[in-house]
Amino acid sequence: MIGIQGSGFGFRSRLRAILALLGVVWLAAGALASAIEPYPFESEVQRKRFQALAEELRCTVCQNQSLADSDAPLASDLRDEVFRMLSDGRSDMEIRSFMVERYGNYVLYRPPVVGHTLLLWGGPLVLLLVGLVAAVFVIRKRRKAL
Amino acid sequence: MSAELGQIFLILALVLAALLSVLPLVGAQRGNEALMKLAPSLAIGQFVFLAGAFAALAIAFLQHDFTITYVAMHSNLLLPWYYRVTAVWGSHEGSLLLWMLLLGGWTLAVAAFSRSVPRAFTARVLAVMGMISAGFLLFILFTSNPFERILPGPIDGRDLNPLLQDVGMIFHPPLLYMGYVGFAVAFAFAIAGLIGGKVERDWVRWSRPWTLAAWAFLTFGIALGSWWAYYELGWGGWWFWDPVENASFIPWLIGTALIHSQAVTEKRGAFPAWTVLLSIAAFSMSLLGTFLVRSGVLTSVHAFANDPERGLFILAFMGVVTGGALVLYALRAPRIMTGEGFDWVSRESALLLNNVFFTVSAAMVLLGTLYPLIIDFMGWGQISVGPPYFGAMFILLMTPVVLLLPLGPFTRWKRDEFTRILKPLVATAVVSVIAALLVCAWLGTWSLRAVSGWVGGIWLVAGAVTYAVRTSRASRSGLARHQWGMVLAHAGAGVFLIGAAMVEAHTFERDVRIAPGETIEAAGYRFTLHEVALVKGPNWRADEARFSIYRGEREVARMNPQKRFYHRGGQTMTQVALKPGVFRDLYIAMGEELGDSGAWSVRLHVKPFVRWIWGGAVLIGLGGLLAASDRRYRQRQRATQPGGARAEATA
Amino acid sequence: MIRMLIPLAVFLALVGLLIAGLQTAENRKLVQSPLIGKPLPGFSLPGLHDPDTMTGRDDLIGEPFILNVWGSWCWACRAEHPFIERLGREAPIELIGFNWKDERSDALRWLEQFGDAWDRHLVDYEGKVAIDLGVYGAPETFLVDHEGVIRHKHIGPVDANVFQDLMRRAMALNSEAGS
Repeated sequence: MIGIQGSGFGFRSRLRAILALLGVVWLAAGALASAIEPYPFESEVQRKRFQALAEELRCTVCQNQSLADSDAPLASDLRDEVFRMLSDGRSDMEIRSFMVERYGNYVLYRPPVVGHTLLLWGGPLVLLLVGLVAAVFVIRKRRKAL
Repeated sequence: MSAELGQIFLILALVLAALLSVLPLVGAQRGNEALMKLAPSLAIGQFVFLAGAFAALAIAFLQHDFTITYVAMHSNLLLPWYYRVTAVWGSHEGSLLLWMLLLGGWTLAVAAFSRSVPRAFTARVLAVMGMISAGFLLFILFTSNPFERILPGPIDGRDLNPLLQDVGMIFHPPLLYMGYVGFAVAFAFAIAGLIGGKVERDWVRWSRPWTLAAWAFLTFGIALGSWWAYYELGWGGWWFWDPVENASFIPWLIGTALIHSQAVTEKRGAFPAWTVLLSIAAFSMSLLGTFLVRSGVLTSVHAFANDPERGLFILAFMGVVTGGALVLYALRAPRIMTGEGFDWVSRESALLLNNVFFTVSAAMVLLGTLYPLIIDFMGWGQISVGPPYFGAMFILLMTPVVLLLPLGPFTRWKRDEFTRILKPLVATAVVSVIAALLVCAWLGTWSLRAVSGWVGGIWLVAGAVTYAVRTSRASRSGLARHQWGMVLAHAGAGVFLIGAAMVEAHTFERDVRIAPGETIEAAGYRFTLHEVALVKGPNWRADEARFSIYRGEREVARMNPQKRFYHRGGQTMTQVALKPGVFRDLYIAMGEELGDSGAWSVRLHVKPFVRWIWGGAVLIGLGGLLAASDRRYRQRQRATQPGGARAEATA
Repeated sequence: MIRMLIPLAVFLALVGLLIAGLQTAENRKLVQSPLIGKPLPGFSLPGLHDPDTMTGRDDLIGEPFILNVWGSWCWACRAEHPFIERLGREAPIELIGFNWKDERSDALRWLEQFGDAWDRHLVDYEGKVAIDLGVYGAPETFLVDHEGVIRHKHIGPVDANVFQDLMRRAMALNSEAGS
């Protein structure tokens, strides 16, 4: 186990365990107090971009929370970083790859479409196709019993 | 004392469960009436002992018996009595006990309300449920005993997680488990059907009310969990596609497919093997959910409380239950009859399509939830699959369902024509689109999500209403209860869709800095902070912000969000302030005090139509309950049905 | 008959996956760093004992070293401290402390109390360099070779086994640098 700055990690883990065990809508470690930080956005567009990015990036120290939702200190640092890069006029793409270069694909809640995620993105569509074709076959067969 | 008594009760319940899983089954196979007649008594005894064990744990909580480890971990002297009762299911061991109690309750209910079902069949159903009980009781006794002692016990206990000290938490787990465990009944009926070789249309009819009820409870449980997350977590979200949520949503999707395929099998005898398979799958997915949540296999970063031993036990149990059922299925399914035929355009085809979409959705959620495991297994690194994936895929898969749904009830069994189905709906469709556009114009919301949400939602509601009006006009007796249930559930889906679309498209959310005396304008409202005061509760103290919210000159609400500090555990927690409304919620969550300036960071939300999400879900669940209560399921069936004899002969 | 076995086959595959998943659950909790095998990012950080001296990436390259992320607020750092002390004494290469998001006075007091086993400390008060290093918790321990390439990263406290592993790796890096 690893310490998270400034918080009793032992407690957080127990908390998470309790929730996980309960089988309820879970709630992660840092969720006791949510991340509320007023940033001085230049425009509404920038605010929306920030929000979208923070929601799509995963907080690495947390259980399963986005940067937007986590109040872990590292998440706060990373939000600052995202805000700084937005202010510097960097693109969403650049900001995402900044995170990926440092923390890996793990930080992306929207996995990129690459070789090893083909099954993930394509799987449901293939299944749907199989299901529909199977349905056609079933109906054709059942028609004979009419 | 009560701990030992509880322990003994559990062991006795296990003994009865073991007897229940063997004797009636033997009786049914040999035609021994005496053994079959034992089943209801065993079910009653099992339930009594389970209730006794549950009461023993509740009493231990009420009496502050901190020599019981579980009590010491999850309660303390300051905790109010009602939370001490709900703390019984506040963690792993006790929640399993609740699960068991509910399973015992379902078993008892099946024993009590199956007079219209042949005794041999009931005996088999109860035996299968006894097997499930026995497995879970072994699990509790060997890996998760809530009655374990620590001697000497501490003077005071720790604390119940503050997030669970809440009304939503009192009812969420029992409802959710009612659903999970209720699918065990559908499972048991399917297995009994496979064992007995009974004609499928009979057991499916017997199984339907149980399945509908279980599915309705699961709907309520999920909705309540979502509502709880919304107001308790302080982020204002209502669904996060977290593995634990997905673990409850997969059985729900399968269950939705199941209640529709049961309709076909019961009415027309079609897809019997598929219905069996879905019955097995619904309960198996409940077990899988239990595994995912309790084994720690999916907690990814900085997780803890992994208990691989518990995980292995559930997995082994699942292997026996599901594996055994599927082996039985492979052996018996080829003998299952295929029922009557139907044409391309028919109710059967429509429901088949429904099943394709719902099972593929369930498979999608399962795939996304387990994909990080697959990637890891293949050694391809680490990835996260989150809301962007699930949201996009789910919308993609559900769009055709929304578009086609109102057509379903208008479609005739066996053979129909498109033009005949569409005729009554053309006007409905036109009216829906126009109404949706008018609403959007009135609200001034022109985003794609909002417009499509309104069009789809009104289309579903209007479609359901059209069906209700047309059908009640056509028949003198009006709509039967199961038809009312369907209308309600389908309209509920529309209400849900509107709520979800509006919240996702037009939530106003701002993190602001505000000091006492200041006013902030947001989404047409003015939020004025008067003061931040210190308040005290039974086991916490809090900084409480006092807000007044104005619209124009009128004060619409006073809201007091808190930042609580729980003495015993030392946790701080955001207690949001909510002003619920039919058309919008106002939502304030407190962040941190910013330096010593007296200013605080505060998150303000204005969430349009958010209540419609849970309102829709409640309608869906009520529809399920209404359908389950239909009289035709309780009627004694013609025992001398010609089909019955034929099936016995083939078995 | 074969068709009827498909559900069973799917189920068995699922169970197999879950058993495997259960075995590797512990590993999956750690986020693997994409920076292994990549050169150390550039930085310039003050020392802890000598806050006026700035150390940059280029000052460190030439010899292999161990970089240990710690903070006085991190209780797991306290747990691994005996092994860090042994690393400081026994490892053939330099042991550099990376004091992360800490207060200088707290850090100095902590060292005084528990002992300063590191050869020197770099201070990242704001945590910006830590982000470049992909640090997401403390303690974390990096091994960097003489060319400035990150060769290994251990997440979490060092225990007896990890200590042995780190020693082996440190010796290998040392002989690599010498040859």
